[in-house]
Amino acid sequence: MTAMVKAEGVHKSFGLVEVLKGIDLEVKSGEVFCLIGPSGSGKSTFLRCINHLEKINAGRLYVDGELVGYRQKGDKLYELKDSEVALKRRDIGMVFQRFNLFPHMTALENVMEAPVQVKGASRNQAKERAKELLDRVGLADKAGNYPSQLSGGQQQRVAIARALAMDPKLMLFDEPTSALDPELVGDVLDVMRDLAESGMTMVVVTHEMGFAREVGDSLVFMDGGVVVESGNPRDVLTNPQHERTQAFLSKVL
Amino acid sequence: MTVDIDKSDGPADTPPAGPEAIKAIPVRHYGRYVTAVIALALLGGIVYAFSQGKINWGAIPDYFFNDRILSGVGKTLLLTVLSMAIGIVGGIVLAVMRLSKNPVTSSIAWFYIWFFRGTPVLVQLIVWFNLGLVFEYINLGPFYKDEWSDFMTPFLTALLGLGLNEAAYMAEICRAGLLAVDEGQTEAAHALGMSHAKTLRRIVIPQAMRVIVPPTGNEVINMLKTTSLVSVVQYSELLRVAQDIGQTSGAPAEMLFLAAAWYLLLTSIFSVGQYYLERYYARGSSRSLPATPFQKIRANLLSLSNRSSAGGNA
Repeated sequence: MTAMVKAEGVHKSFGLVEVLKGIDLEVKSGEVFCLIGPSGSGKSTFLRCINHLEKINAGRLYVDGELVGYRQKGDKLYELKDSEVALKRRDIGMVFQRFNLFPHMTALENVMEAPVQVKGASRNQAKERAKELLDRVGLADKAGNYPSQLSGGQQQRVAIARALAMDPKLMLFDEPTSALDPELVGDVLDVMRDLAESGMTMVVVTHEMGFAREVGDSLVFMDGGVVVESGNPRDVLTNPQHERTQAFLSKVL
Repeated sequence: MTVDIDKSDGPADTPPAGPEAIKAIPVRHYGRYVTAVIALALLGGIVYAFSQGKINWGAIPDYFFNDRILSGVGKTLLLTVLSMAIGIVGGIVLAVMRLSKNPVTSSIAWFYIWFFRGTPVLVQLIVWFNLGLVFEYINLGPFYKDEWSDFMTPFLTALLGLGLNEAAYMAEICRAGLLAVDEGQTEAAHALGMSHAKTLRRIVIPQAMRVIVPPTGNEVINMLKTTSLVSVVQYSELLRVAQDIGQTSGAPAEMLFLAAAWYLLLTSIFSVGQYYLERYYARGSSRSLPATPFQKIRANLLSLSNRSSAGGNA
């Protein structure tokens, strides 16, 4: 299997605060890769670096074999133009903790927006596909509703459909269930499980240890901007080797 | 303890159909009757005073649709619309300039807003009118060449004076609107591969409009009234025409009332337009839109007829 995401010594600072202190990891094609760790450990920041919402300060980050945000010629790095960055983002879907649906558009229009505006798909084609995707996340009957008329769980499922509409090769999930009422978490996780079974490469920042254990193929525990422990989720979660992992898991499990 | 007893007894006594509606004598608010009577008396007094004053009210309907008055109304409207167009376009440009990462453009926009907001619009109008003291000629190379006093007609003075001043206010309104849109929206759009321009046009501006439209409506109504200032630069808009007619026809005060009535009529029409525009941009922001006045009137009439029929039965 080839590496979909490859990080080599990734550093990221916000002003004087170093959030990522050298991350090395590899996400294989088709796997579900879970990132866990306490708040402020840098896991969300790392996720946002993958689609260049944050610029890294040092190291190298590759998606599907290509450098993120830069082009290398000889030993010189050239920053990519905004349009080139946008072109690469088309292939990377992202789901946010706070959904970030477009509130002035219906669920259907939210899903149609990027294919029509970015890929230049015809409205009819995009509409058919959007209906299919809404059906897939179990919201076929909510197509005409505005986000404010949907529950958090429904909004997040629309957000997943919106990301899938661009036919991404990689999906990033930034704590997709953290802003949801406990009873709504299950619906979203079901959709993600279904997506994982279809073979999508997924990087998931999550606090849902159950999901990580059942669906995850790899798991990384981050703390203080470094990878503390990694491996098979079932091994790491049941038998953590590192002291900090043990301390964290004893609190959340 | 009593609560427990009530609970055990309750279901047996009350039918399962639901609780009985409360019928109680409402509190009488005597203070309200008194203040209403006083207010009505004062209002009546004012109306009486005006009706007894030496004002020839009959002159107002006589001149209301006078050709000169109508042309003044037309010019007032034209000036309002064109000045607002300059103000809105200029305001958007200035707002984007102020929010841009380029320090030169953002400073220029800041300076523009500082200057045009910091000086009275009446002063600006007079300055534009007298700018011939600085520029004797206007020379746009092969396109246009003339003496300043010929180029700067009263209309152009009024338009530039009002429009450029308005742009400064609109810039702040637009900037507030753009900043009010959650940053997550931009991120979500970027994550989908949308460009900056497309994100602004498709995602940010439509949401900013909800914040921008209400104050812009106020600006339009303000502008309509502010156009009366341009009578000082010899432009024959509504107020100036009314004053001219007033002087020649010997009914100056009557013509001022006439102008006031026209301004009131026009601002009322604009307010209705603003209401529906706000409704349009509020879509998706609240779970159900508030009723339009027509819907409200219909609902009131329905409930009224229901009540009267119920009263008839009783």
